[in-house]
Amino acid sequence: MAGILVYSNKGTLALELLNAAAALARVNSQGIKAVSINNSGMAADLAARGAEVYALDNEALLPADTAAIAESLRQLAEQLDVSIVLLSSDRRGKELAGRLAQIWRAGCLTDVKGLQSENGALLCIRNVLGGATVATQQIVNDRQVIALSPGAFAPAGELDGGIINPAVVEIKPSALKLLEVREKAGDSVDIEAADILVVVGQGVENQQDLSLIQQIAKALGAEVACSKPVASDKKWLGEERIVGLSGKICKPQLALILGVSGQVQFTVGIREAGTIVSINSDEKAFMNSMADYVLVADLKDVIPELAKQLA
Amino acid sequence: MMNIVVAMKQIPDLRQIRIRNGQPVLEDVPLTFGNIDKNALEAGVQLKEALGGKVMVVAVGSEALEDTVKEALAAGADEAYLVLDGKLENSDSARSAELIARIIKGIENVDLILFGEGSGDNYSGQVGSRVAGMLELPQASYVRSIEVNGNKATVVRSLEDCEEVLEMEMPLVLSVLADINEPRIPSVSQILKAGKKPREILDIEVPEGVQVKTISNLAPQMQRKQTSVESAQELIQVLAAEGYKGVK
Ligand SMILES: Cc1cc2nc3c(=O)[nH]c(=O)nc-3n(C[C@H](O)[C@H](O)[C@H](O)COP(=O)(O)OP(=O)(O)OC[C@H]3O[C@@H](n4cnc5c(N)ncnc54)[C@H](O)[C@@H]3O)c2cc1C
Ligand SMILES: Nc1ncnc2c1ncn2[C@@H]1O[C@H](COP(=O)(O)O)[C@@H](O)[C@H]1O
Repeated sequence: MAGILVYSNKGTLALELLNAAAALARVNSQGIKAVSINNSGMAADLAARGAEVYALDNEALLPADTAAIAESLRQLAEQLDVSIVLLSSDRRGKELAGRLAQIWRAGCLTDVKGLQSENGALLCIRNVLGGATVATQQIVNDRQVIALSPGAFAPAGELDGGIINPAVVEIKPSALKLLEVREKAGDSVDIEAADILVVVGQGVENQQDLSLIQQIAKALGAEVACSKPVASDKKWLGEERIVGLSGKICKPQLALILGVSGQVQFTVGIREAGTIVSINSDEKAFMNSMADYVLVADLKDVIPELAKQLA
Repeated sequence: MMNIVVAMKQIPDLRQIRIRNGQPVLEDVPLTFGNIDKNALEAGVQLKEALGGKVMVVAVGSEALEDTVKEALAAGADEAYLVLDGKLENSDSARSAELIARIIKGIENVDLILFGEGSGDNYSGQVGSRVAGMLELPQASYVRSIEVNGNKATVVRSLEDCEEVLEMEMPLVLSVLADINEPRIPSVSQILKAGKKPREILDIEVPEGVQVKTISNLAPQMQRKQTSVESAQELIQVLAAEGYKGVK
């Protein structure tokens, strides 16, 4: 297999890509090529995992300028004569993937959660149809850009033999001005790591009930998660708590699901849970058909009752 | 005055897909546009209402698209530009992007090209970036607000941990988040008028090859107990019996 180049602007994700690349090449991460952009800390980190790092230092290169980052990676992919570029499938990486694939004339898949190589073909596993099905797909081009879902691969461990080389690309002055960066207020909760999740859906009608739900979660040793509209539309909880296709794919031992209808974009994020409980006033809610235990009831009554019983 | 292009993908209504022998059954499932593409359209229509101009829908898909596109014309688009071909029912992102870019190249003085963050079925967030790359235009995805001032736009890109406020010159490619707005529901008279709005079917040859081959596409097997419980109390009992900590 010809060379693989990995890039993410997030350090932890870059280490996951490095590990995935090493597995693909059936070697350790020594000799896997990795790019760092204006980030000497990341370059050192990647080198400490055995990677052959190409460090771009060019203050004119803004991570926010997808066109410029894609053009830089295209030039590096050509200079280094690789055939596969692995990116992270976070928002930044997904935006970059299509652009790089286009200008480098490559085939591309994003949100890839598994890789297999079979008789020389590289197979990518990803959710399609909004998450209703899982497809195995192959890019038939010689050049491939593949964006890997965060957390789908373990980060690479420390290894000798890494090296940092300076890299140079030519880019045009940026056509975009970054006026401001606002940090998101979110608390850094990791719902993917939780053993038990209490999931708030739109069937929870009163925002005041959230404090009772937090009590329930605490009694169970659970984290609170939610469906997308609860975070994106109602803004009751932070986006980092969203379960599903555009949120997190979770595999808790137990998921207590409160008032979620169960559309595929949600269920794809919870269907691998050990035990699923659905509480919903609508007996026919699709979520119920995917649950181990179903309680058909009004959450206005059930939430205080659960909080009381668990106190 | 703005010339705004909105790219919208025709997809099967995901709520109506059934699974048979592990395979998705797509026959007879009604076709519609992806939800987030409706947000992209609404964003375009709102800009047009504020600044004047025209909203043009661009879509490539199977022949049924000629009918599906009425949804977009009813919801505020002025014109539609379509490439229709049965082969496009299962197109890959690269080919769709190439056709969309070719249509857009044929439209004069485009200021803004809007996409959804991801299509309803494939959700790969690739087509908008590919089109921007092909047209060599600046781009931003995951946009949750757009403000236009003369030939510049101020957009907010929402990432996992931060938001970026960007000033960009038009023409420009943006992919929007569902959070950006609430798409309008067309009135009966708008639906009736939609049939009379111009729809241009372009004679662009659809390339045969695709770059992505699907080897298999299966619904995950799920086995769930589906036991009903009658009360919160009974629920706690069954969970306690399964040994969950905290549940007494
Ligand atoms: C491309 C794309 C990506 C998406 N990604 C995601 C994602 O990552 N995560 C996600 O969650 N969604 C996602 N969605 C949205 C998804 O399609 C659904 O709209 C969403 O999951 C619905 O959330 P919900 O079940 O909480 O709300 P609803 O669908 O409104 O359901 C509310 C449920 O509560 C029940 N209920 C109402 N009142 C009560 C009561 N008093 N007591 C008990 N039950 C009650 C109702 O019977 C209903 O079943 C995505 C959509 C698209 C198009
Ligand atoms: N066949 C198509 N016709 C028109 N627009 C499309 C098509 N496919 C994708 N798009 C647009 O590109 C966006 C991203 O699609 P995807 O890369 O499939 O996630 C969609 O939200 C649409 O705006």
